[in-house]
Amino acid sequence: MNLTRVDWLIMVLYFVFVLGIGFALKRFMKTSKDFFQAGRALPAWICGLAFISANLGAQEVIGMGASGAKYGLETAHFYGIGAIPAMVFVGIFMMPFYYGSKARSVPEFLRLRFDEKTRALNACSFAVMTVFSSGISMYAMARLIQTLHVFDGLFRALGWAPEGIFTFSICLSALIVLLYIFLGGLTSAIYNEVLQFFLIIAGFLPLVLLGLRNIGGWSGLKASVPVQYMHEWRGVAHASTNPMGIEIIGLGMGLGFVLGSGYWCTDFLVIQTAMASKNMVSARRVPLIAAIPKMFFPFLVILPGLLAIGLPTPHTHTVESTVNGAIVRETTVVRPEVEAGRGIVPAKVNPRTGEVMLDASGQPLLDYDLATPNMLLHFFPTGILGLGLTALLASFMSGMAGNVTAFNTVFTYDLYQSYIHKGGSDRHYLAVGRWATVGGILFSIATAYAAISFNDIMDTLQLVFSFVNAPLFATFLLGMFWKRATGHGAFAGLIAGTAAAMVHHGLTLPIEAHPGIHGGWIAVIHHYPSDMAQNFWGAIFAFSTNFIVAVIVSLCTKPRPEAELVGLVHSLTPKPPRAHSVWWKSPEALAVAILVVAVGLNIFFA
Amino acid sequence: MSLDLRIPMGLLFTLVGAILTVFGISTNSTPGFYDQSLGINANLWWGLVQLVFGLAMLYLGRRGQKQMEKQGLLPPDPHDEGDVRRGH
Repeated sequence: MNLTRVDWLIMVLYFVFVLGIGFALKRFMKTSKDFFQAGRALPAWICGLAFISANLGAQEVIGMGASGAKYGLETAHFYGIGAIPAMVFVGIFMMPFYYGSKARSVPEFLRLRFDEKTRALNACSFAVMTVFSSGISMYAMARLIQTLHVFDGLFRALGWAPEGIFTFSICLSALIVLLYIFLGGLTSAIYNEVLQFFLIIAGFLPLVLLGLRNIGGWSGLKASVPVQYMHEWRGVAHASTNPMGIEIIGLGMGLGFVLGSGYWCTDFLVIQTAMASKNMVSARRVPLIAAIPKMFFPFLVILPGLLAIGLPTPHTHTVESTVNGAIVRETTVVRPEVEAGRGIVPAKVNPRTGEVMLDASGQPLLDYDLATPNMLLHFFPTGILGLGLTALLASFMSGMAGNVTAFNTVFTYDLYQSYIHKGGSDRHYLAVGRWATVGGILFSIATAYAAISFNDIMDTLQLVFSFVNAPLFATFLLGMFWKRATGHGAFAGLIAGTAAAMVHHGLTLPIEAHPGIHGGWIAVIHHYPSDMAQNFWGAIFAFSTNFIVAVIVSLCTKPRPEAELVGLVHSLTPKPPRAHSVWWKSPEALAVAILVVAVGLNIFFA
Repeated sequence: MSLDLRIPMGLLFTLVGAILTVFGISTNSTPGFYDQSLGINANLWWGLVQLVFGLAMLYLGRRGQKQMEKQGLLPPDPHDEGDVRRGH
């Protein structure tokens, strides 16, 4: 990649502004509430855009592009089914309890509603997961920087060894994120997430427009990819008739009800932005405001992948021309992995032999993760290329930052203040939060390096996270809507749900996979048509087990007196006062409008 | 929070837009420079879009800041109010 001064100027400008915002916010960070909860004073639109950006890390941007290239428009289910209904649900039904309970974090809500041990379990697993996630984000960014040769020119100019690029990328991103969180806390993270939101649009909208123009518009795209790639719903009745290999029950229940809700309604990474808003009405609006751009993001993140597949594959060719009477032959040599690829998505290369990797049936394995980055390199001339790369870097860093602020809050409030040092001064906890940021980032760096040495660590970690996360939504659902649910029930349900997820994974295997990390490590009693189907059904089992165990144990244990549950359980909480004189300004009206548009989009792209 | 995000954000996009626009104009007649982007001067056009967006943000941010200051003059800051009560 050839970056020129203009590209660097744009990138450096972004870094300067990111740090500048941190420094400008430093003087407002007087109490721990300012640092951890952004003073609970931010406007709804800022929190709403941060709510969606917190999830829009680079793994999402790259991963959705990759999935678009691999499965086509069916990927949009992760938005239409996996996100929008859950975002509407958390805004309308759950936010009154999160925000109204005055809990400072999601684990703290669990303590208020259930008991200490449920909180401890959730806080510990969450803290570990955020640190690892931020490390994985860091690792992915350093690898992408290596692959795209972003810093190669800089390193050559400075006479440094190119082996240092990985370390340089990690240290640079860690240092920047550390500085701006250390200075400005959650406000800094949220502000940068909003900045990233607009940068992603600025970087990817022209990409989609140029790509569509090149391929001949929507009809041109339709003509250049297989027909099932252009339909979101075609063939979902049975797993064998759609690209992803899933069927409608697994999709609706597993992705929509369990996984989507589990993420958008319980993950403190996104909930923290809504809890930072200035009042109850704003807090309820935050996920709804986030749902509006979320509906249209498939066009920005999935379409580049689809376009990458649809473009013509470059081949080595010779152009003959006559210059001043002499015949000139110009040969463009294309590397074998590019020629073996599809569109501008190259094939994977074995790093040891340098040969193209093939799957079991002799077809080249495609490196789908390069779909979106290759689109940037293909269409952007220097100048706007700097903007595109900045958008990509911004999404990596804000993904890390969200994890780090979620970590420092949960560590300080739910672990340190609760179990290590009670009754300290507010200044003390503010300082602890700042140093927890440093600690969290150091652990993330360690994770990133561990990922180089142990190849499987990323897959293993993500697998373990899915075991822990899958049953979570049942606990919150019971807690908020069933006053009889008890702490013992919730705790037992969570443990049982996680165990069920593990057992399910150990007993099932996607077809064409070998027992091991993909499942079947106990014994194989069932084959799924795809790993996605296995994942969705695992979530359904975990959720159901949690639900059933929690109900049974709750019925056998003593309930808490109802007076203690006011503001925490739906039936015991007075309805929020209607602050709006006009009905169409209420969050409910917005929610209905969002659902109507979402259904409309699904019908249109069915 | 007394830092309106729209001001630094507007400033960033204005600067990026200005850089891209100027760069786009200076490279407009360079042959082959915009072959990649299908002959469209992506820097110039997208730079202008950024510039307009940045300036609009800046304008809204400045207006918001002014309104906040105006309101700040009339009712006392909620933090100060708390301090006064404690004093009684």
